[in-house]
Amino acid sequence: MKLTQGCFSFLPELTDDQITKQVQYCLANGWAVNIEFTDDPHPRNTYWEMWGLPMFDLQDAAGVMMELAECRRVYGDRYIRVSGFDSSHGWESVRISFIVNRPPQEAEFELVRQEVGGRAIRYTTVRKPAAHAAQ
Amino acid sequence: MLDVPHPTTDEPGETSFDLRKEAEAAGITDTLQQLDQELIGLKPVKNGVRQIASLLLIERIRQRAGLASAPPTLHMSFTGNPGTGKTTVALRMAKILHGLGFVRRGQVISVTRDDLVGQYIGHTAPKTKEILKKAMGGVLFIDEAYYLHRPDNERDYGQESIEILLQVMENQREDLVVILAGYGERMTSFFASNPGFRSRIAHHIEFPDYAEAELLVIAELMLKERGYRFSAAAREAFEKYIELRRSQPFFSNARSIRNAVDRIRLRQADRLVSDLDRMLDVADLETIDPADVLASRVFSGGADARSANP
Repeated sequence: MKLTQGCFSFLPELTDDQITKQVQYCLANGWAVNIEFTDDPHPRNTYWEMWGLPMFDLQDAAGVMMELAECRRVYGDRYIRVSGFDSSHGWESVRISFIVNRPPQEAEFELVRQEVGGRAIRYTTVRKPAAHAAQ
Repeated sequence: MLDVPHPTTDEPGETSFDLRKEAEAAGITDTLQQLDQELIGLKPVKNGVRQIASLLLIERIRQRAGLASAPPTLHMSFTGNPGTGKTTVALRMAKILHGLGFVRRGQVISVTRDDLVGQYIGHTAPKTKEILKKAMGGVLFIDEAYYLHRPDNERDYGQESIEILLQVMENQREDLVVILAGYGERMTSFFASNPGFRSRIAHHIEFPDYAEAELLVIAELMLKERGYRFSAAAREAFEKYIELRRSQPFFSNARSIRNAVDRIRLRQADRLVSDLDRMLDVADLETIDPADVLASRVFSGGADARSANP
């Protein structure tokens, strides 16, 4: 199951050229570009670990791509995403975020229903154990 | 990549080129002309810059004509004494490279050893990488590059920084251009102990010292920029000043002249203010008198050299 989070996640995987262009777009807008990685891609987990500091004073995407290559070398078996943070007044939030690296075996989630008082239903998204562990 | 048309995207197969138009479109003619007009002297430097610019222009046209072309190695080293215009030329170089599309953004990041080398283990690599990232798409200007290598201390972190630099200079030649600058002899010994640098740098440009006549023209240009001029007698006095100053220690060419000009302005202002009852006219305000020049310590045996004002 392909994990769909952030921008472009229903498209085929972005190539490095496409990532470069997206990053350049972020830099041209003056956004701080971050590289984040995690082995826990649960949709409610907003806090991924940062790879280095936010890159807010670069001119060219090549610098980000250099860091991304390094991050992929170390954490190629995890999810990596690139996000652009807009610090300008009124925004002060992440403007773009997209996945740039996936583990060979993607994480899977399922919906768990719990019946509570008055026949109300509580829904929980839980991660399924990895396939090789289940077998 | 987003906004600059990269030369490789042009379709091959064009057969005739208007060289003048190409040069003008890339902004080389303007930049070279500016270089000629604004920088006094420096013949070999101007020749060197012109040659590099020509090579780049032809290289770009060759690419469009579909001829075999390898991306040229653009890393350079500028050697010369203090105050001979190395930084200024580096800025111009960035403009030329940007105009021709050999660097994508054209910014110049000027650094010294302190910006690249850390103070404890594990500090150097992130620091150097941080600078490299900032310089991507532009020019990295490393001033006094020989300080990176400290031969007397083999555990110096400079070596680590050099290795990272070399790696990026080799692998990401399209992403940034590195210009090393420093004083002649020390750069020679720096290259001797780091052969990796020498072989990765294609263009070595030497900056000669200025002649006395050139220094005078520079001084007049600086005064003109600031809205002053020498009186005839002051001009003579300044010629004398240059002659004396050159033979004294810590002479650093155009930089010394700039400092001299600033101090002369100071003394001129002081002279004008010392007589409060006088009516000033514009000529008074913009004229430098010989007294302003002659009051310099250079004339009294070079106390300048011993003070903290080299």
